[in-house]
Amino acid sequence: MMKKEKDFFEKPGNIRLLKILSYICLAIIVAVDFFIPREHVYYPWDHIPGFYALFGLIACILIIVIAKTLGKKWLMKKEDYYD
Amino acid sequence: MPPGLIFIFGAILIPLLKGRTRQAYLLLLPVLAFFSLLNMSEGAGYILNFLGYELILARVDKLSMLFGYVFVIMAFIGFIYSIHLKEYGQHIAASLYIGSSLGVTFAGDFITLFIFWEIMALSSTYLIWARKTKASHDAGFRYLLVHIFGGLSLLIGIIINVAETGSTAFNFMELSGLASYLILIGFILNAAVPPFSAWLSDAYPEATVTGAVFLSAFTTKTAVYVLIRSFPGAEILIWLGAIMAFYGVIFAVLANDIRRLLAYHIISQVGYMVAGVGIGTALALNGSSAHAFAHILYKGLLFMGAGAVLHMTGKSKLTELGGLYKTMPVTLTLYMIGGLSISAFPLFSGFVSKSMIVTAAAEKHLTIIWLLLSISSAGTFLHTGLKLPFFTFFAKDSGIRAREAPLNMLIAMGIASFLCILIGVYPDVLYNLLPFEASYAPYTAEHIVWTLQILLFTALGFFLLLKHLGGEAYITMDTDWFYRRGARAFMWFVNNPMAWLSSKVNNIVFDVIPSSLIWAVKNPYAVMRIASDTLLLQLSGSDKRAEIEQRIKNEKDMYPGNINIYRPVGLTVLLITLFLMAYLLVFYLQKG
Repeated sequence: MMKKEKDFFEKPGNIRLLKILSYICLAIIVAVDFFIPREHVYYPWDHIPGFYALFGLIACILIIVIAKTLGKKWLMKKEDYYD
Repeated sequence: MPPGLIFIFGAILIPLLKGRTRQAYLLLLPVLAFFSLLNMSEGAGYILNFLGYELILARVDKLSMLFGYVFVIMAFIGFIYSIHLKEYGQHIAASLYIGSSLGVTFAGDFITLFIFWEIMALSSTYLIWARKTKASHDAGFRYLLVHIFGGLSLLIGIIINVAETGSTAFNFMELSGLASYLILIGFILNAAVPPFSAWLSDAYPEATVTGAVFLSAFTTKTAVYVLIRSFPGAEILIWLGAIMAFYGVIFAVLANDIRRLLAYHIISQVGYMVAGVGIGTALALNGSSAHAFAHILYKGLLFMGAGAVLHMTGKSKLTELGGLYKTMPVTLTLYMIGGLSISAFPLFSGFVSKSMIVTAAAEKHLTIIWLLLSISSAGTFLHTGLKLPFFTFFAKDSGIRAREAPLNMLIAMGIASFLCILIGVYPDVLYNLLPFEASYAPYTAEHIVWTLQILLFTALGFFLLLKHLGGEAYITMDTDWFYRRGARAFMWFVNNPMAWLSSKVNNIVFDVIPSSLIWAVKNPYAVMRIASDTLLLQLSGSDKRAEIEQRIKNEKDMYPGNINIYRPVGLTVLLITLFLMAYLLVFYLQKG
């Protein structure tokens, strides 16, 4: 007999809770950057608090935009392309 | 016995055993190999003589031992994952594949290396074919052909190298001269460096559920091993590696098949290792070695997770999956441990290995390389840690109600998960095995915070752009286009212009020429007359044309006519006499 299905993510309340928690995490991880000591600094931007947060966001968007553009304009073919 | 030969000779017994005995035997092989590893002594051992060359089957140092350990551990995990298979063909192929990978790892000379290199290519092909679909059959053939090409490049390089240096020793090589470039091509083809990368993303997703787990571990990582051994500090590898890391990430965006997405991330991750080899400092080489070790475990884990989904649902496309967390929460959890490891989250294995390579790039002030590797890190989490699990286990409810994967699969994934976390939490277990002298401390406040910033804000980007990120039911062109479409263009060329030319040549050589000759020899004298008249016709003015044309027509109508031509004997005698007189004259003049 099948065990009871999990349905945690089906409830709007839970999703809302997760969203709030996620935003708190994002805020904390940027806030912490103002206080941590820098031991090994290789690049000037290493001194800017929160730089890597921006870096991550831009990197993510950049990858998606580059890939989707390449895909739509050139690389993506119908599934029977080689048949 | 060297550990590689335990698997290779051990494969012979597999078809003779049945049921529980065979299952126990399969698990015994890696255990035996592990003890064999523990008892190996540093230096060169198991030296055989072959046609005047020394074959070194066990060159033991810290570098070969590191790869030896992880290969044997992965063999154990892989056999647990596939132990339910009744078909012994795949077990034999896997055993030969593992054995030959270990053979390459411990080979001290090029001949031994090449022999095991080729066994690897052949045995791994079977793991693709064993899926027994048309797609796997075709992809397996392409895989084999590409690897035969790479193997030949390697072989020619080895032969030239042996001819030039007189030595078969497999050690550090200067990257100069034809031999070293051919050997490098052979190596980087197995490492899936673009443009020699499409075989991987083409074939691995078509392999069997269990076969892909083995494939993900051995071929590319033996290539990383031989690169660390022979081409550390080769500058071209820095660029190839960084481009490769980025390329894998870009192509993974477009993948719809979950195992193809993971395959592109093998290319991306191996890119970090290749770049590390190119950077060539002690820290970078340690990073490549450590990352190979960690990668085998977490990538095996990810392929096991994706394989479990395919095994239970029969589906592997993001567009067809969704909502599986409801019935497969354990599989999801174990998969996510692999996902967090490859994404280099703190406390997971990738965090302590990948960062060594990125730091090594920063230390050498390779800013563009550092940038490419850092952006790719974000992309790794974006796909393996977010997109794949989100659209497989959450997103829409696809209506699939698959049960959890079988116990043996979950146990195998559990062991791999345990090791991923162990390395992440207690990195010294891995660092103590590293071959070079370089100290590195991954857990500094800044490293933890900055890594988390990149990763968490990547996640923010993912959820902001969520509606653009679902799988799309398309396939992506890659460099395999050149031999898939290229082969078709070639076949058209063969079937049309070449076939026309061939039929013409055939016609002329076997038809026109022989029949003309037969015609001509019936009466050569008449043929000569026709020929001379035809020539005359071309040269003469218009007034005589009609007459000559008439004559040629008559001659052709008469042909071959009466071939007995009468000439008086006297003329013949006269000609002979004249000829002899001329001969006599020449003879006397010569003497005088």
